[in-house]
Amino acid sequence: MQPSKTLLLVGGTSDIGRATALHYAQAGWHVQLAARNEEEASRNADDIRARTGAEVTVHRLDILETDDFGSFANSLPTLPDTVVCVVGELGDQAKGQADSAHASLVLRTNFEGPALLLGLLAERFLARGSGTIVGVSSVAGDRGRGSNYLYGAAKAGFTAFLSGLRNRLAPKGLRVVTVKPGFVRTQMTAGMKLPPVLTAEPSEVGRAIFTAAEKSGRDVIYVRPIWRPVMMVIGSIPERFFKRLRL
Amino acid sequence: MTELAGWGRYPRHPSETLSPPSPKALSSLMASRTGLVARGNGRAYGDAAIGERVTLMARGLDRIRAFDQATGRIQVEAGVLLSDLLDVVIPKGFFPPVVPGTKFVTIGGMIASDVHGKNHHRDGGFGDHVESLTLALPDGGVVTCSRDEHPELLSATIGGMGLTGTILDATFRLRPIETGWMRQTTTVARNLDGAIRALQETSRATYSVAWIDCLARGASLGRSLIFAAEHATQRDIDALRPGAETYSSSKLGRLGVPLDLPSFTLNRLSVSASNELYFRAGAVKSGYPFLVHWNPYFFPLDGIGSWNRIYGRRGFLQHQCVIPTAQAQAILGSILERVSKHGNASFLAVLKQLGASHGDLSFPLEGFTLTLDLPVSDDVFPLLDELDRLVVEAGGRLYLAKDARQSPATFEAGYPGLSRFRDLRRAIGATGRISSRLSVRLGI
Repeated sequence: MQPSKTLLLVGGTSDIGRATALHYAQAGWHVQLAARNEEEASRNADDIRARTGAEVTVHRLDILETDDFGSFANSLPTLPDTVVCVVGELGDQAKGQADSAHASLVLRTNFEGPALLLGLLAERFLARGSGTIVGVSSVAGDRGRGSNYLYGAAKAGFTAFLSGLRNRLAPKGLRVVTVKPGFVRTQMTAGMKLPPVLTAEPSEVGRAIFTAAEKSGRDVIYVRPIWRPVMMVIGSIPERFFKRLRL
Repeated sequence: MTELAGWGRYPRHPSETLSPPSPKALSSLMASRTGLVARGNGRAYGDAAIGERVTLMARGLDRIRAFDQATGRIQVEAGVLLSDLLDVVIPKGFFPPVVPGTKFVTIGGMIASDVHGKNHHRDGGFGDHVESLTLALPDGGVVTCSRDEHPELLSATIGGMGLTGTILDATFRLRPIETGWMRQTTTVARNLDGAIRALQETSRATYSVAWIDCLARGASLGRSLIFAAEHATQRDIDALRPGAETYSSSKLGRLGVPLDLPSFTLNRLSVSASNELYFRAGAVKSGYPFLVHWNPYFFPLDGIGSWNRIYGRRGFLQHQCVIPTAQAQAILGSILERVSKHGNASFLAVLKQLGASHGDLSFPLEGFTLTLDLPVSDDVFPLLDELDRLVVEAGGRLYLAKDARQSPATFEAGYPGLSRFRDLRRAIGATGRISSRLSVRLGI
């Protein structure tokens, strides 16, 4: 049997993070769960261990404490084969418009933190000569809308970052995957009315990430394929009409 | 505010619902809110899992915390579904010590209702297998309860309908199994006397249950099929179904369930029973054992999905009583007679033998338990009141997890441990803070 590969899952207390890590563990991978709240991450680590028998470790990481990323990476028991970053913070658009501290939190959590962390790991993967980087971005980054443009702008930045990183790393044989889940039934969306056809379960996202990163070799995925035409339509509306829509 | 109902869809009550994502969040809600009770998967039939003001939806507590495959000891959070647990443990060669008639219940609900299975006569209720549990108290404090720590709290929480606090997690031992199949033997009993005798005779079997045909009257009153079963060994598979997968998945087992049932306007189970007779006729006649997948054996109705909806908008009532052994035949006979006279009643009833009582609000006691489904109608309530009188006279009682309408007097007569339970609730500050529609209705 081949020695197990290792996944680093950044955002280990989120529903998508839990489902993704479980999927990797079921496929025989070791899992490193990184999260700000170690106690909550331990619940998921225990669960994945009990269900799969996989080796799971928990590592404290605050995505806003960017100065600590180097020592975080050094503290990992092994440099992972794949890193999946699912960190996200929807925030409150209205609050962010009036309160720049909140706006900054949304921008930094969805863009600055994930980009700096994945950038740092990319250098180490390059030095080793192997590694796969998966960033969970959002359809909200495909076009800015009045109801969530802080979140959308940060995700757009993250999508561009991943695209550029992929462009740079591809010749070296390293992969970068961009994941746009669309709506997902999670704690982040609890209580929202979501259209069932467009809404994925966390387990679907986990499966889609695993397939894209480890099997199919696709670069950019929408978890539910229907999102691709939906976003194409949204993207093709001329700005002079788009600006008048209430979205 | 959300309108909540149990599986029987009667009664319905408005309640605020909160969904704490973690044990920590749940226990802090316990401290800050009152008039609350926890709810698992909503499979209690009546009003047990509807808070007086607030209902704590516990499904977010769905992590398995530890699973020792050497000993079968497992620790799970209270919102883990039994169906989820089965999918994890069966392929590893384990089975829960006790399972109820549906797998769509949470472990917390199984303990709070002290569910019994087809093996109660041998193995007791689920609560008897709980080694320890973590309980969030009314003030938000969290305690571990076991035989050594707070044993009185452990005992009252088993069958305590969530009224001593909210179960956060529990540790228990699974039983080892060699395969995922059951070796079943079906026998026919011509009447109630025969059914009771057959259950007593099959009490050496690990699992046994009787399905009574409620359409039979007169000399055939209580005519039944008795299903006895053991976990099959590899040798059973080789003999009875060579080549079968040792642990086939639950999805495969679902194929054994007749999927067209909801289209019948008849009671669901009468159809199952005739199907059962039809398909199993050979085996019944010969009395030979045959292999059946664990899923249809234990959970025959789960494959049908929302079968509770076929009773229509008004919902239905499930009446489950237990009658002490000495009185069982006479009283259950009277109950069946009254039910068969009533036009719109169960076409089929389930009869099981129960072993020793656990105490306080736990349902089982040594005797026989009969389960009837009745659609809600104006004339069903007087009928059930009449049945309750028979139950009380015989020293029996009703299962709180099924109850939606018994009177406080019936309840008090059936549960001599009630005053001790109330004392404990007062002592831990649960009175008035933890309250369900059931506890308010029955004055617990």
